[in-house]
Amino acid sequence: MADLISILPQQLVFGLALGTVYGLIALGYTMVYGVLQMINFAHGEVFMIGAYIGWSVFAVLIDWSVGGLHPLWVLPVLLAPAMLLCGGLGMTLERLAYRPLYMRGATRLGPLISAVGASIFLQNFVMLTQGARMKVYMTNLVFPRTWRFNIFGVNVSALVIVIVVVSLLLMWGLVALIQRTSLGRAIRAVSEDREMATAVGIDANRVVGLTFFLGSALAGAAGVLVGLYYTQIDFVMGYSAGLKAFTAAVLGGIGNIKGAMLGGLLLGVIESLASTFINPAFKDVVAFAVLILTLVFKPEGILGEKLADWKKI
Amino acid sequence: MIGEWLNRYGLFVLLAGAVVAPLLAPNDYVVGVLARICLYSLLALGLNIVVGFAGLLDIGYVAFFGIGSYAYAFLASPHFGLHLPFVLAMVIVTLASATSGILIGAPTLRLRGDYLAIVTLGFGEITYISLVNLDRPINITGGPSGLISIDPPSFFGYVIERNIEYYYLFLLTLGAVVLASVRLRDSRVGWAWQAIREDELAAEAMGVNTTVAKLQAFAIGASIAGFAGGLLASWQRSVFPDNFLFQESINILAMVILGGMGNVLGVILGAIVVVALPEIFRDLALYRLLAFGAMLMVLMIFRPQGLLPARPAAEREIAEESTAPTAQPKGAPKT
Amino acid sequence: MLRLDQVVTHYGPIMALKGIDLHVDRGEIVCLLGGNASGKSTTMKTILGLVRPTSGTVEFEGRILDGLPTGKIVRQGIALVPEARRIFGRMTVWENLMMGAYVRSGEPQREIDGDMERIYGLFPRLRERTAQYAGTLSGGEQQMLAMGRALMARPKLLLMDEPSMGLSPAFVDQVFDIIQEINRQGTTILVVEQNASVALSIAHRGYVLQNGRIVLADSAAALLAADDVRRAYLGED
Repeated sequence: MADLISILPQQLVFGLALGTVYGLIALGYTMVYGVLQMINFAHGEVFMIGAYIGWSVFAVLIDWSVGGLHPLWVLPVLLAPAMLLCGGLGMTLERLAYRPLYMRGATRLGPLISAVGASIFLQNFVMLTQGARMKVYMTNLVFPRTWRFNIFGVNVSALVIVIVVVSLLLMWGLVALIQRTSLGRAIRAVSEDREMATAVGIDANRVVGLTFFLGSALAGAAGVLVGLYYTQIDFVMGYSAGLKAFTAAVLGGIGNIKGAMLGGLLLGVIESLASTFINPAFKDVVAFAVLILTLVFKPEGILGEKLADWKKI
Repeated sequence: MIGEWLNRYGLFVLLAGAVVAPLLAPNDYVVGVLARICLYSLLALGLNIVVGFAGLLDIGYVAFFGIGSYAYAFLASPHFGLHLPFVLAMVIVTLASATSGILIGAPTLRLRGDYLAIVTLGFGEITYISLVNLDRPINITGGPSGLISIDPPSFFGYVIERNIEYYYLFLLTLGAVVLASVRLRDSRVGWAWQAIREDELAAEAMGVNTTVAKLQAFAIGASIAGFAGGLLASWQRSVFPDNFLFQESINILAMVILGGMGNVLGVILGAIVVVALPEIFRDLALYRLLAFGAMLMVLMIFRPQGLLPARPAAEREIAEESTAPTAQPKGAPKT
Repeated sequence: MLRLDQVVTHYGPIMALKGIDLHVDRGEIVCLLGGNASGKSTTMKTILGLVRPTSGTVEFEGRILDGLPTGKIVRQGIALVPEARRIFGRMTVWENLMMGAYVRSGEPQREIDGDMERIYGLFPRLRERTAQYAGTLSGGEQQMLAMGRALMARPKLLLMDEPSMGLSPAFVDQVFDIIQEINRQGTTILVVEQNASVALSIAHRGYVLQNGRIVLADSAAALLAADDVRRAYLGED
């Protein structure tokens, strides 16, 4: 037990880092739920595609470079295309696969099934075009494994610090956008009362599309970061990451931006602790258990508002 | 008109065809496929009760299939040394599955739509993970390599061996479940389910005990899947966790949606399509899932009601009462 | 300024408006009276494009409105103070007012700030609560906020749906005084109301709606005096 306790700080740090990534992905779920009251089942696949885009760009960089792969410029160059393309993918998905359905006022079933279909489609599309074998991020060319720091007695690699910083920056950027800009207010208005938002002149469809763009761009960034850290990516990584990020969003309070970030951090830490003290194999079960417990006992999540009619959940 | 005719006589035609089908099959492999179609039709009918009749979106349905399979394996194989007779084992399997249906359904009672789906998905995954990992420290499930040497079905000494025999066993079960489905649909609980599916709050306001009705749906749906699981185990003579992946839940859901949620004949047709198509297009196996995903999206956009839309009970009654085929009221209630 | 010509609107199979003819001239206060389910809110929603008319035309300053998306309609210069306020509870008072100015995104911030000042002048209580979440305001304050939000759009025509609902009588008088003041400052107003006496007291003209049809149309004074109006809507005999 003593050796478990001794690695605890290490694990906590790792858990927090993992948590920030979960938070990035969770933001996409929560924002889409906010404006559409819909769970975008295919969001995990967007994350996966972000990882693949990052890998492709990385491969090109490695081919071209003479040896000056400094993280300061490599990182943005990996992140930018992933974010932009994933953002676009998310917007397209909404426009083609979801909007025709909920415009028709169909039951909740339609968009959910379409999302499941999209998820299967995207997964297999990547498998067929990129191959079923995993791809490897040559992270140590940019972040050598020896590059570590000692913070408060915990030995962390520079990469982990970078991931946390980038994630926090992106999340802060999103929060700033939501809280201080006109677009952010429009998103909040559409989330709260779509009809009234329309009545003050907001184009709700456009706002929803942009919401998808933002959430998907963040997921794409998360994909690159995860790729850099774990170095191995495959076409099924979106499924479990997606479900966990969804759990994080629910835990924090679905529809609540701060909740998504909080939920992400919490889940990352819980998962890390569970894998240390219980059994690493049951990591995924922990996430599911958290999800089910939350939905059964406190469905509005930690920061969610108590809904007047709990049946509405 | 075709829809009319199909809804009235389709089941009889299908049944007649099903009885003679294996006799017309070119080889044993095809008979095996036919048996598989029957098995999956059972699953589709079970899910049809949960999703189609009661409107509860269960996307972790394969869990019950798995629970039933493994339960049978526990009762009729060398694993625990039990070799219960087929009928007794199946009765226990059914009861165990029904119980698991109630246990899994109970926490979901307050949840609607999307959340219900996610939680059932969670239970499905937990079931799979448990099947894979519960071989240490005590070997309960046999781990990733599953359990083998499972007893085949036997009735009073007669042991079933050939695919064609399995086929007729499955077909018999299918017939019974079809009858039960139709009976249930038009019964008191069937009306309760329809009310819940359309508008749960209104149903409650009208005095429907939604808790009991939903649990009944889960229990009955689970027991059908569990029974099918037992049949699978006795046919395959083995069970593996990979028989019960999430993808299977989606396959079964696709059968129900493709065929027409709530329509008994429709979901059987859906099962036929989903099982038979990959067999027909074997060369394109790689693209199967891709096409599958695309199909789900396209289906939802262009024909969400499926091949054979379920007719609301009121329409059915009026249709049956009237003799003239034109006495159909227009304007179906909203779905 | 605004003209509805034989407007028919359906809610699914139900015909909510059965051929409405009404008009509002520039500078007027016109009120639309009627009981529950008479079609008052549907009329508002039809004008704004939240609901599409089945037939008939809605014309505003010479432009056809029916069929246009709500965003375009609002940009023509029409603003809504909806039934039950419908302020954005999760946003602050200031943010709600800024939402009112959403259609004016191209204009210099100075202008918008100036309008906000004027609205704080009209509703001093809002100024005190400018950073408070709108959901925590009282009913009357929310009504003021809803009106302020609509005014932030500098509308040519203001639509008000049951402004008196849920307010104390004293507050109702206050609100309708403010409505008159807004009109005096140059905004044309169409008010939908159940409280006929107070609405008619400030209006120039009025229509009475019953079951989706206009049954009476006259000057406010005439309506106040008319026997059937008094009996049915003013509770007098």
